[in-house]
Amino acid sequence: MLLEVAELAVDLMTPGGSRRVVDRTSFSLDEGESLGVVGESGSGKTMTALALMGLTPEGARVSGSILFEGRELIGLSEEAMQQLRGDRIAMIFQEPMTALNPLHKVGAQVAEPLVLHRGLTERDARGRAVDLLERVRLAEPERAARSYPFALSGGERQRAMIAMAIGCSPRLIIADEPTTALDVTVQARILALIDGLRSESKMAILLVSHDLAVIAGHCDRVIVMYAGVIMESGPVQVVLHQPRNPYTLALLEARARPGAPRRARLKTIPGAPPAAHERSVGCPFAGRCALTVDRCWTTPPPEVGFGANHVSRCHRAGEVGFGR
Amino acid sequence: MTLPVRFRPRGGLSLWLGAVLVAALVAAAAVSLVWTPYPPTAIDIPHRLAAPSAAHWFGTDNLGRDVASEILAGSRISILVGVVAVGIGLGFGIVLGLIAAFSKGLVEDGIMKLSDFVFAFPALLSAIMLTSTFGPGVVNAIVAIGVYNVPIIAKLTRATANGVLSREYALAARAAGRGPIAIAVDHVLPNIAPALIVQATIQFAIAILAEAALSYLGLGAQPPQTSWGKLLADAQNVLYNAPRLALYPGVAIALSVLGLNLLGDGLRDALDPKLKARS
Repeated sequence: MLLEVAELAVDLMTPGGSRRVVDRTSFSLDEGESLGVVGESGSGKTMTALALMGLTPEGARVSGSILFEGRELIGLSEEAMQQLRGDRIAMIFQEPMTALNPLHKVGAQVAEPLVLHRGLTERDARGRAVDLLERVRLAEPERAARSYPFALSGGERQRAMIAMAIGCSPRLIIADEPTTALDVTVQARILALIDGLRSESKMAILLVSHDLAVIAGHCDRVIVMYAGVIMESGPVQVVLHQPRNPYTLALLEARARPGAPRRARLKTIPGAPPAAHERSVGCPFAGRCALTVDRCWTTPPPEVGFGANHVSRCHRAGEVGFGR
Repeated sequence: MTLPVRFRPRGGLSLWLGAVLVAALVAAAAVSLVWTPYPPTAIDIPHRLAAPSAAHWFGTDNLGRDVASEILAGSRISILVGVVAVGIGLGFGIVLGLIAAFSKGLVEDGIMKLSDFVFAFPALLSAIMLTSTFGPGVVNAIVAIGVYNVPIIAKLTRATANGVLSREYALAARAAGRGPIAIAVDHVLPNIAPALIVQATIQFAIAILAEAALSYLGLGAQPPQTSWGKLLADAQNVLYNAPRLALYPGVAIALSVLGLNLLGDGLRDALDPKLKARS
């Protein structure tokens, strides 16, 4: 296994006391595999991704275990983490408009990790940067390398970000909503590019998204997060076609469907995710869930297995999905 | 190839007027290093309090010294005080501000509380305190004014650096494995430089004013050095006989401060990305 995360928890210190934003999540990722992390805003997806990079905000407490290439990352010194970041683990960010420094040329920014981790001279790294920009299929890579970020379109900037991420051939790429800020046609091309790079070099991808269609098309397995808890996990086709968790089901039903009647309203999930202080000891989805029973408020839901690594965390997992 | 927006010449009247006035100040100081109409300290009692003429453009003072020469020589002190006091402010302020922005927690609180503490004293009062404790003189005046600049620059650096650090490219740089010092130098400093340049210009003007005030009170430049504040104090003694003597240093101070303020305003408009015209 390339990455094994066990019982990962992240607590944020807030003026109102500590707040658990990621709650005992466990998952693993193999070489060349693509894992999707899906959930609504505030579900802990991004915090999970940042915890893997050791980039959680100041004052956050991270506990549990993150084994990467057999090495424990939690408790690793900042210097050791700096050597891993950008070299073995790289990250692609959501906002290509702000993820590049407006004051440096694109080529120099793409070259940065190579100078840092591979000890290349600035000159050699510039040359390699042009190759990388070509590899992410940027038209006119030479011109792009000499440009400042403002001169590139959103899609071009995201390609430049990907070039920056793959420079040192990382084994794991964490993509946090890589296409959310782009329009749909560009989205498809960027995702196809990431897919292509993955199969070329056997990188593993952790794709964080709130978009089920993106996850369905580009991931092998998926974990569904809600209020910091993994509600369901398993192979993408199984989870999205035969969900065994009411939350996954609700997410699927809240999608817009092509061909739906004109005035049909989108289904929504009633209520809002629980704030930290109103979390019950039981299931975080209790109350918003149509299947809520007394037990959901008082007892944490158990993990129920459905074969082929398909796991749902729900008291009534067995009753979900029938009749579909 | 089109130039990036920020390199296009921009800025209105205030930028150019300010630049011209500041250039005149610098030129006056530079010229006075090699040439003044008369030695600024040469006393000529028979021709004391002479009216302006071809020989003495601004006339002479009550000891017969050539006022034009004294004004020229005085500009040197103004520039020296401005450069060094702002330099002290930038040198310590930027470092402290960056440490505060990167460290967070107790260190940040400590630095900011200390800044507030220094900030709480009126600048001129603390300068008078320092110069009366360590003795009058230009060096002590410079240190006093410089110390007052440190918390201003530190606060500005911390606030703007925090803004940059919350941008995604700062996180992206960390994700690429860069350390805090590299991020500070490559990403934070270039992005906060415009705000610092503008503030430094304003502080320069304030430093000139403060030096004039200290010298006027006899706590700054000491004879045989001359400074605009000292010229004002000398002129006060003969205010009824020759009021014009107070006018020259007064106008010189006013024009310098006006020039620096206009330059600062102009630079703010030219460098502030929020005011940038979308072209």
